[in-house]
Amino acid sequence: MTDAAPALDVRGLSVRFRMPGGRYVAAVSDASFRLAPGSCLALVGESGCGKSVLASALLGLLPGNADTAGSAVLPDGLDLLGAGEAVLARTVRGRRIGLVPQSPAAHLTPVRTIRSHLEEAVRELAHPSASAAARGRRAAREAVRAAAERAAERAAFPASHLDRYPHELSGGLAQRAATALALIGDAPLLLADEPTTGLDRELVHRTVDELRAHTRDAGRALLMITHDLAAAHRIADTVAVMYAGRIVETSPADAFFGRPGPRHPYARGLLDALPERAFVPIPGAPPELGALPPGCAFAARCPDADARCRTELPAPASGVACHHA
Amino acid sequence: MLELRDITAGYERRRPVVEGASLILRPGESLGLLGPSGCGKSTLARVAALLHRPDRGTVTVDGRTATGFRHRAPRSLRTAVGVVFQQPRLAADPRMRLRDLVAEPLRATGRRAEAAAAVAGLAERVGLGADLLDRRPHEVSDGQLQRACLARALVLRPRWLVCDEMTAMLDASTTAALVGVVEEYRADTGAGLLAVGHDPVLLRRWCDRTAHWKEITGPP
Repeated sequence: MTDAAPALDVRGLSVRFRMPGGRYVAAVSDASFRLAPGSCLALVGESGCGKSVLASALLGLLPGNADTAGSAVLPDGLDLLGAGEAVLARTVRGRRIGLVPQSPAAHLTPVRTIRSHLEEAVRELAHPSASAAARGRRAAREAVRAAAERAAERAAFPASHLDRYPHELSGGLAQRAATALALIGDAPLLLADEPTTGLDRELVHRTVDELRAHTRDAGRALLMITHDLAAAHRIADTVAVMYAGRIVETSPADAFFGRPGPRHPYARGLLDALPERAFVPIPGAPPELGALPPGCAFAARCPDADARCRTELPAPASGVACHHA
Repeated sequence: MLELRDITAGYERRRPVVEGASLILRPGESLGLLGPSGCGKSTLARVAALLHRPDRGTVTVDGRTATGFRHRAPRSLRTAVGVVFQQPRLAADPRMRLRDLVAEPLRATGRRAEAAAAVAGLAERVGLGADLLDRRPHEVSDGQLQRACLARALVLRPRWLVCDEMTAMLDASTTAALVGVVEEYRADTGAGLLAVGHDPVLLRRWCDRTAHWKEITGPP
């Protein structure tokens, strides 16, 4: 990391959900990472490990029974966790952080065309009509229309499909429509939550390459949340592995996917499960986030676990939280 | 044998999604069918599972040609094929506990009495704990729900399995675990498998042979 202010600096981020009966579910515990401008961090882990909760916390989209702790600071010093709804709604979402959502077809409004989505976002975020407004309402409308078409083109969304409704699009095109929307505000940070789920391999590659072009080449930072290790390998500079709400390993992508490989036994197991590697699942199942064990959450499934692992939580040291790394 | 002959199928008149597709699976064989998204492979999988009536062509399961599809399919044929879909959320009744979800095919075929024992055995096989069986779909993860859906597909001990992008939503470890469950079941029972997907690495590792969509559909 350079000395330049990180595009996002997350420290000690924790999210707990209050449940009936005074119980708590610890969805995210003590997550810390920094994201430099123009770089990509892939947050990987199995479903239910807390990845998406972390993303929701950054955008202030958690439900009312969530308690957060820690900080997530943007370059101008704004702490996303402390910011009020008005600040997040007016200055953060879409403007300073663009969201590429999971299952874009469900994210888009089913009764409106893609053009209508894009034009609304342009009117709200990009204000191309300000100068045109002086020349009358027709000129303003045309400016919005042109800006929406440019936005579509930027995400390689075909102009011929702009007047279609979300259900008339294939998964790949819906993804591009969502990406186009996320890029309109020209936010310096993009947050992509499982952007490739359900896409076929070629489309995954194309989506990931496009995201990379919109981020690294354009100086934006990208936080990509995914369970798709192949997609993470293709795009990430840094990989953070999450297990049971904790980041258990943070590593440069080259070292993680190549040599020396992952250092945390869970991360090793995840890679070994790939069909191009050993294709062997990690035995057992992750613990319930409402009933985490006192020691390392992975101890029950870990081949190297000993008595210390079961009682003492390993602190992260040089990027890995394991007593045996 | 599971035979699909010259299948043309779709959802609108004169706009077929699948045209002239044919494939043959020998008993116990596993075939991985590869194709890009939107090519019609899921529709063909539904035809193979007798869940969608083709406009043209025949489906023959172990020598018997299907005369009806969906609810018109004879029970003996319908229960010969187990299906697992891509999205477990859309394939599970949100009101049912996982225990009832897995047992539903037994209930629907009047074999309620066997449910308790069969569900317990299968839950262990697919890696679902007893506490998970008492939950409803919104209380479990995608991976856990897909484990239940696989158990449901196996509960009638079908001679054929159709897995339509079964692992597309899942992480690497859950994928390897579910493929392991399918292969263990096939080793026990000699069941055949049609696995539809878009990941050549996965399907080549999993199946005896793979075919690309272009190879099984006729010239347009």
